[in-house]
Amino acid sequence: MISIIITVLGVVMILAAFLAIRTKNLLAAIISAGVISLLASVIYLMLAAPDVAMTEAAIGSGLTTIIFIFTLKKIRKGDLND
Amino acid sequence: MIKRIFILLAILGLILMFLPFLRDFEFHQELGELSSQYVEGSVNDLNSQNVVTAVIVTYRGLDTLGEVTVLFLATAGVGFLLRKKKTSLKSRGSSELLQTGSQFLFVLIILTGIYIFTHGHLTPGGGFQGGVLITTAFLLLILADTNLKFNHKILLFVESISGAFYVIIGLFGVLLIGMNSFLDPAILPLGNFGKLLSAGAIPLIYSLIGLKVGSELTTIIDKMGGE
Repeated sequence: MISIIITVLGVVMILAAFLAIRTKNLLAAIISAGVISLLASVIYLMLAAPDVAMTEAAIGSGLTTIIFIFTLKKIRKGDLND
Repeated sequence: MIKRIFILLAILGLILMFLPFLRDFEFHQELGELSSQYVEGSVNDLNSQNVVTAVIVTYRGLDTLGEVTVLFLATAGVGFLLRKKKTSLKSRGSSELLQTGSQFLFVLIILTGIYIFTHGHLTPGGGFQGGVLITTAFLLLILADTNLKFNHKILLFVESISGAFYVIIGLFGVLLIGMNSFLDPAILPLGNFGKLLSAGAIPLIYSLIGLKVGSELTTIIDKMGGE
């Protein structure tokens, strides 16, 4: 049962990774990169590693996504000024 | 066309490299020699309920000190590269509803973060996770109130004091126990198994790491997004 869930999560992660590379919309790419981290943290939790799962959920899907979005905002503002 | 063939060849090479791991994979039903040493040592010698915390803070304590140093250097680099230009751009403040709600949530998230890093030796999580949670609380304030200004003196003070005390606690191990005991948590009484004040200096060290990580990441977030 648990291996089926992990396989499904892994397939969704690979799809999200493809979306993050192929999409032209940068915000969608950042969000799907965050989705990968979120699903990875669920997998860590199922493999009985709650410490790693907390780190991945907080840093990978939370802080990194926010820092990327801030950077994107800054880059766009620079484009408008020039 | 040639480029695509090369990419395919590279992917095939990677698959060939990783295939042995998949083929020889087997679930271990019992602990190896080193891991059973860690489990027994953290329960019997250190009174720490969470083995992961005992490994991170004690057995691999020097690596954790290095990790914290790397984070400090990263923060220093971000602060150096993203020096703010002095612009007094006053934007229209956000609504009072948003601000009050975010201040209400701020306290709860800070409390959860403090809970996570003080209970690092009892429940999953620890200094790094708790520190990141505290950072998300400050992030909520930044997002809710665009004109918010942080007091950088306090952030700097918390960051340097906690980093200095982390090293000083490590040196106390050398002073009190012996030459090979840098970062040994047995300098404080080990207490009863499963209680908050147990496992020697582990809760203290992890709280200091939590404060340090929280203040450093808050500085990064403020440099990146707060304008």
